[in-house]
Amino acid sequence: MTTKWFGERVQRVEDDRLLRGHGRFTDDIDDGALESCLVRSPYAHARITSIDVAAARALPGVVAVYVATDLPFGNIDLPILIPHPNLTHGRTQRCLASEIVRYAGEAVAFVVAESRNIAEDAADLVRVDYEPLPVVITPEAGAAAKHLVHDDVPGNVAAEMLQEVGDVDRAMAAAPHRKKLHFRFERGAACPMEGRAVWARWSESERKLTVYDSTQSPTSIRGGLAVLFGLPESNVEVIAPDVGGGFGPKIMLFYPDELLVPFAAMQLGRPVKWTEDRQEHFTAVNQERGQVHEVEVGFDEMGRLLALSDDFIHDAGAYTPYGIILPIITAAQVPGPYRVPNYRVRFRAVYTNATPTSPYRGAGRPHACFAMERTLDSIAKELGIDRAEIRRRNFIQPDQFPYHLGVAWQDGNSVVYDSGNYPALLEKALAMLGPRPAGDHIGMGLGVYVEGTGVGPYEGAHVQVLVSGKVVAATGIPSQGQAHATVFAQVVADELGVAVADVEVTGGDTRRFPWGVGTFASRGAVTAGNAMAVSARMVADKAKLIAGEQLEVDPADLELVGGRVRVKGSPDRGISLAALSVLANPVRYAFGGGTEAATQFASKRRPGPPLADGEQPGLEATGYYSPPGSTWASGCHAAYVRVDPMTFRLEVLKYVVVHDCGRLINPFVVEGQIEGGVAQGIGGAFYERLAYDAEGQLRNASFMEYLIPYSTEVPEIEIGHIETPSPLNPLGVKGAGEAGVIPVGAVIGSAIEDALGVPITEMPLSPLKLFELSRPQPGRL
Amino acid sequence: MKPPRFEYHAPSTVEEACELLGSLEDAKVLAGGQSLIPLLNFRLAQPAHLVDINRLSGLDAIYERDGGVAVQALARQAAVEDSEVAARVCPLLTAAVRLVAHRVIRNRGTVCGSIAHADPASELPAVLLALGGHVIGRSARGDRIIDAGDLFKGVFETALEADELLVEAWFPASSGAFAIVEESRRHGDFALAGAVRALGRLALFGVAPTPVLADAANPGRGLQPSGDLEATPEFRLHLVRVLTERVFAA
Amino acid sequence: MKVNGSLHAPPLDPRRLLSDHLRHDLGLTGTHVGCEHGVCGCCTVLLDGEPVRSCLMLAVQAEGHEVSTVEGLAAAGAPLHPVQQAFHECQGLQCGFCTPGFLMSVVGLLAQHPDPTPEQVEEGIAGNLCRCTGYASIRRAVHRAAELSGK
Repeated sequence: MTTKWFGERVQRVEDDRLLRGHGRFTDDIDDGALESCLVRSPYAHARITSIDVAAARALPGVVAVYVATDLPFGNIDLPILIPHPNLTHGRTQRCLASEIVRYAGEAVAFVVAESRNIAEDAADLVRVDYEPLPVVITPEAGAAAKHLVHDDVPGNVAAEMLQEVGDVDRAMAAAPHRKKLHFRFERGAACPMEGRAVWARWSESERKLTVYDSTQSPTSIRGGLAVLFGLPESNVEVIAPDVGGGFGPKIMLFYPDELLVPFAAMQLGRPVKWTEDRQEHFTAVNQERGQVHEVEVGFDEMGRLLALSDDFIHDAGAYTPYGIILPIITAAQVPGPYRVPNYRVRFRAVYTNATPTSPYRGAGRPHACFAMERTLDSIAKELGIDRAEIRRRNFIQPDQFPYHLGVAWQDGNSVVYDSGNYPALLEKALAMLGPRPAGDHIGMGLGVYVEGTGVGPYEGAHVQVLVSGKVVAATGIPSQGQAHATVFAQVVADELGVAVADVEVTGGDTRRFPWGVGTFASRGAVTAGNAMAVSARMVADKAKLIAGEQLEVDPADLELVGGRVRVKGSPDRGISLAALSVLANPVRYAFGGGTEAATQFASKRRPGPPLADGEQPGLEATGYYSPPGSTWASGCHAAYVRVDPMTFRLEVLKYVVVHDCGRLINPFVVEGQIEGGVAQGIGGAFYERLAYDAEGQLRNASFMEYLIPYSTEVPEIEIGHIETPSPLNPLGVKGAGEAGVIPVGAVIGSAIEDALGVPITEMPLSPLKLFELSRPQPGRL
Repeated sequence: MKPPRFEYHAPSTVEEACELLGSLEDAKVLAGGQSLIPLLNFRLAQPAHLVDINRLSGLDAIYERDGGVAVQALARQAAVEDSEVAARVCPLLTAAVRLVAHRVIRNRGTVCGSIAHADPASELPAVLLALGGHVIGRSARGDRIIDAGDLFKGVFETALEADELLVEAWFPASSGAFAIVEESRRHGDFALAGAVRALGRLALFGVAPTPVLADAANPGRGLQPSGDLEATPEFRLHLVRVLTERVFAA
Repeated sequence: MKVNGSLHAPPLDPRRLLSDHLRHDLGLTGTHVGCEHGVCGCCTVLLDGEPVRSCLMLAVQAEGHEVSTVEGLAAAGAPLHPVQQAFHECQGLQCGFCTPGFLMSVVGLLAQHPDPTPEQVEEGIAGNLCRCTGYASIRRAVHRAAELSGK
């Protein structure tokens, strides 16, 4: 099969609608829906002694106010999404709190009204009496456990996990050199431009629940709603329409509104919608990035790693709905692209009185990368070795794949790197970076990472050629800007020999495709992309079978080109896919569109029944791809920065990325993903810090004070690719979604240390932080 | 985040506006809205009455008088930014307005509104102070000139009475050496600290409850800046020294 | 008030924000709401040809003015406006949520500076947040838009 579209910089098919302002984001849908808002706890930890909603209920324009006791599911703990044997003390919240709140922003009441304005007026009238309780906010405070977040969780430890490869104690003791490092990461937020939103309608006559949700996993929402409301899954439809960015927090489920909005719709007999505002987004939507690492490393005089131990605290927040996936990923990713013959990692996931944490682009990998990269830089400095050279000495080599790490991965398997070429990444990045610019206060930074992508369990796709000849395809996973409709159309178009413009892809709509997992963890292209290929190949095979019967030719002598199935070497002999679609469905009654050809007196008769045993009507197929394990992407970033020695303002002079995500379906789309990821990385390195005070109040819950970079803060970047195809899947692709963000903190930190001469061991930085680090202070390490 | 309820008034003459401000309890003036409407959306401000002055005609002029530039209440910051009169007579004002937020905000925001709002981190009050300008407050009782040195009382607080409308700000010509520098986190953000040099004076903003005049030789003397998420008092004092140096080197 | 050339009555409720009025009263959902405090720019429309934040205006304030939204850039079925075309060619959008705000800002920019310098381009897009693209493709789109508009 010749590939025509794979690897091409095909322009996006999504754009026309979006550019014209005809996108359909969840809040765009009104359809007579009532509006709503949530009343949230202003306290980070408090006992609720009373809730009075009488005044709120009485406000004209208010239709209903719900508290926990109004909900049939009010005393059910929301599910732990990913149970794990080490998560011995997992805890989740209830839909609406009624006894205790454990983070500022936890939902307490739900107001439904004719408009959001009125709902907010009513929310102001809800009287909740709180008895404040002591608060622990930082991961260190959580671990010190002077106060408990959950009375029945000793030491605030939700989970503890220890893994060891080799014998760290022996190797460390025997190592010629040792050092200890401490790294600290503050919380950050994903902040997609579109906040979360839910719209729901209940049809009593059809007993059908229809929900639009700005989610990264409609299939999971559907499953959960069916269970919760006791409905057959086939009576629940969940659609992620256009979604304005996800970046992780929208894979988290179930947010209280995802249950409350459908519930209210069922109760009130009218559609109900809820759209968060930006301020509540900051505390209501899951956050990430809070960790503290104690690293000890043993190395030789050449800078080769002999033993590494990392003991870290992971800030889980007040609840653990997402289990311990984040610290598992961090633990698995610390070794990165390097040989670490003796590795021990222990983590404790610790409760704090802050918003729960769950993946945000990078998902535990930025911390791991920072810890390893800064450790190597520190060793390099101590031994006087060039930072690139020390990496060369420690890389896993191209002939060492598959490489078994020996630690657990987030899919339940053990980490095995399938393919890669780390030395090539480094050399190319250095070549692209070029010589250091002249001038003062300039620093160079370097960071290499690996990324486990394409986790399972699976994704599926349905591909069908319509009688018009047009191809429609569907998968369960939604897009939040990654151009799935374009990329998957390319895969299908190659298999079927049609144009991308002739393939229409739908995702994230359980009415079109009800099975699947979701869009997260850099897995869309690997899982759904391969499922599209599997399914489209099945369609191609069927088309050849039918055409072979009609043309009396062996299907092996047929090829799909230009919308037809034709004989290899005799291109004039062929049948259009449209005609084959007609023939694939033997009909009694023609209904136009060429279907006369498939009626019993018109078509070629074959022995046996019109539909053979096991055969299905239609030129369509449903296929699945289930990865045997993650496929490992990698990359190297390098940069020059200048730091103003007086104001500590950061200027990125040059930023280069060399990226390996295996074979690229659409380089244009991949570059967009990398550029966006780097921008978020820059934000996370120097601008974005969720600033909680000692009382657990988020001090910067607005775009004025939570500093997402504008274009003026984000440099141009140069991107280079290398390709080490994945041996694990038919398309040879690896994930690309998170790559841009993973090493940025390490690179910027390394560059700033090089420029200023102060050790950088934390993220994010800021002019204030650099000012404080630069001043000589007695008693500071 | 939706605004709370308020009574909305849209007078068409200045007299009407002053009468409303004189008779209404708990009223706020809505001019550009770029500072007020966020406060309404956050429900941090919940005035009983909103007096929208955008319908007042003949109050948007930028003109030369008395050796300076007069900017009336409804002159948008963008209009001042583009004004040939301002560029000629008071180029410091032109330079300062360019630092206010982003152009899209300046398309609605007004110079007088920014001065009346008196955010300690904003540029225009400090420029008015450095130049030794004044404002004209109008009420049913007549017009009152308030010199810059008497105008700024505290954080978001001016000497304007509740029934007074700030109808004009007057900026003396910025003849001689002048400069304005500020340090902010992102382009267009509020300044962590800033310095204005004009007519032999130095004014600082972002480091005190109001803009303050300072001595170039010891700009931090007597200052007790506040701390916030992006700057401690020490860092602000450090920036004051750095920016003072830069404003005189410019 | 005029919206994309058609006359409309302002809402009765003075506290109705222009952004909500456009989206939910007039059904013009192309203008998006990202923050309601004037920082993100998703709500940017043109007021008498100049970019403004529709979340920072009361709808009643638009009375007597002309509002232009993204839906007005190209008629249904008609080719894309040069700015829209440029964003498409340069992949200046991914999720599309911030895009209408950028488009209107760029239309406003090019009306003032039809052949903008890189500095003017930077100033022109400096007030809009995008979380998907990292801005590089948007910068390219603005330069391309100037080219296409010049034809």
